[in-house]
Amino acid sequence: MGFENLFLGFQVAVTPFNLGIAVVGILLGTIIGVLPGLGGANGVAILLPLTFTMPPTSAIILLTSLYWGALFGGAITSVLFNIPGEPWSVATTFDGYPLAKQGQSGQALTAAFTSSFVGAFFSIVLITFFAPILAEIALKFGPPEFFAIQLLTFSSFVGLGGGNPLKSLASILIGFILAAAGLDIVTGQLRMTFGFTELMKGFDFIVAVIGLFGIGEILLSVEEGLRFEGARTTMNLRVVLDTWKVLPRYWRTFVRSSVIGFWMGFKPGGATPASFMSYAFAKRFSKHPERFGQGELEGIVAPETAAHAAGVASILPMITLGIPGSPTAAVMLGGLIIWGLQPGPMLFKDKPDFVWGLIASMYTGNVIGVLMVLAFVPFFAAILRIPFAILTPLIVVICAIGAYAVHNSMIDIWYMLIFGVIGYVFKKLDYPLAPLVLALVLGDMAENALRQSLIMSQGSLTIFARRPIAAVITAVALFFFVLPVITPWWRRMRGRPASAAPSTSPRET
Amino acid sequence: MRLADLITSVVLMVLGGVVLGDALRLGAGWSSDGPQSGFVPFWLALLLLVVSVAIFIQALVRGGPIPFVTREKLRPVLQVLLPVAAFVVLIDPPGPPSGLGLYVAGAIYLACYMRWVGRHDWRVVVLLAVIVPIVTFVVFERWFLVPMPKGPLEAWLGY
Repeated sequence: MGFENLFLGFQVAVTPFNLGIAVVGILLGTIIGVLPGLGGANGVAILLPLTFTMPPTSAIILLTSLYWGALFGGAITSVLFNIPGEPWSVATTFDGYPLAKQGQSGQALTAAFTSSFVGAFFSIVLITFFAPILAEIALKFGPPEFFAIQLLTFSSFVGLGGGNPLKSLASILIGFILAAAGLDIVTGQLRMTFGFTELMKGFDFIVAVIGLFGIGEILLSVEEGLRFEGARTTMNLRVVLDTWKVLPRYWRTFVRSSVIGFWMGFKPGGATPASFMSYAFAKRFSKHPERFGQGELEGIVAPETAAHAAGVASILPMITLGIPGSPTAAVMLGGLIIWGLQPGPMLFKDKPDFVWGLIASMYTGNVIGVLMVLAFVPFFAAILRIPFAILTPLIVVICAIGAYAVHNSMIDIWYMLIFGVIGYVFKKLDYPLAPLVLALVLGDMAENALRQSLIMSQGSLTIFARRPIAAVITAVALFFFVLPVITPWWRRMRGRPASAAPSTSPRET
Repeated sequence: MRLADLITSVVLMVLGGVVLGDALRLGAGWSSDGPQSGFVPFWLALLLLVVSVAIFIQALVRGGPIPFVTREKLRPVLQVLLPVAAFVVLIDPPGPPSGLGLYVAGAIYLACYMRWVGRHDWRVVVLLAVIVPIVTFVVFERWFLVPMPKGPLEAWLGY
């Protein structure tokens, strides 16, 4: 099954125009990944308005390529500068930077890129097989099932997010409230506009992403006083080939990390916890756990494989269920709606060329990506040598352009500024930003699913318990919601001291 | 951290209260054709109120001694934030007088920031402040046909 579809997809993806688009996307994405203050979600949001006039398939190839580039780019700053360009590269710094200081940055980077590629490839193959099956199942879903899945998505942020569950919940609610503001399409009434015509259009998630992740991130990084003092790169074909000879030794780590990455990435939660988990597992199963942190190649392989596998896997629920697995996927999902496509299982029936073009482009994009980053590492590293006082205003101007371009409205630039301050304050106070953005993107869909479910049942919430699939998903979601309450109680029962869950992610993208 | 936490939770309570009031105005119940407009916002706002009260209590009980931001760290943050705000005002201030447009405001912002915060050489500053807006103009207005806010200079040049 599926192979003729994949073949069809390659016919779409492997045209000179779409390959060119992929190259541009990866180039921009890697630059975005290298720069602190510009993440995958933010980069995709800024470029989204430029894709409005493109054919949807080319547009999604541009945005996904950007995402692959950002995933690759994060490793460069981690290894050379000991600064994670992206949150999922934090674990890569543990062994990457020590290796670079020992003069082996070439090996470290080759290992990082190759692992990224392997992890991504693993996930793409799984997506190729599972996406049509999942879409087939999802076709039978009605509004109650979709609402249950939405509930599950958000419950996992509360139950498995690792931060303060109350604050995660608050972020989700704020996102949904912002999504509800403006014109209610169902009844035609204005909600929460308080007489201001500007509020009629509501809040656009693109602007929110640019403000929260772009401006907010810049404010955070100046506060931390980032200084870029990088190790030099020693990258040539010889080093690459020598490293490739060593890497097959770590095949167990590759397999384990790919599986962890795919599983974590498929559920919302994403690449960052996957990379940490995979690093911890690699250390536990290693014969030389004491070498980890000193410059062990396996310590790069594990997190990078998992992070990329997770990053790619977050595309699967987006195209099959219409639920994004990461903020970046959420922004892409918003793109689908803007291009006039209905995200979800119907895509496989209605727009096979789009879906399979996208899946095929994931193969080509990652092959092009790994070759490009291997070849141009010195160029990308040079970007970080641009002084901060030049980089900061440049990023701000680009963010402003991106925010304005969404609706050609000045108010959006003001919103960007406000969201920037909110992003800074929330990040400092441990309010997670990812669930807020996801709620803002999914708000209308979730509300419609809930309303339709309630209309079906004439207002009774028992509809979520009476339909078997919805009931199972709702039960799991409720379990995740109460998990933060149960966990300390459970620990006490077993006589263990209740410990605060560690908050891992410095920022999520 | 504690004070900032308390203030934020109070702000969230106010947000919850405002949304709750609006939801009640719209009607949060059931009409002949299904849930009313205020139905979903009502429950969201109610939950937000409960959660923010809980966060408030949590902050009161736990509150640590770490300050939200120290004075010396606030300086670089404001050094970035205030110029950004000035840049946005320059593009188009709220109210009737129209602003300078994104390109001119961008040039001024880039130049001032690079000169006063970065203390870069005048030649570099002027060169970048001229080139960056021109490149963005060509890319967005000409190639991608995405119009940006424009001011008197662009009008004088015929755009």
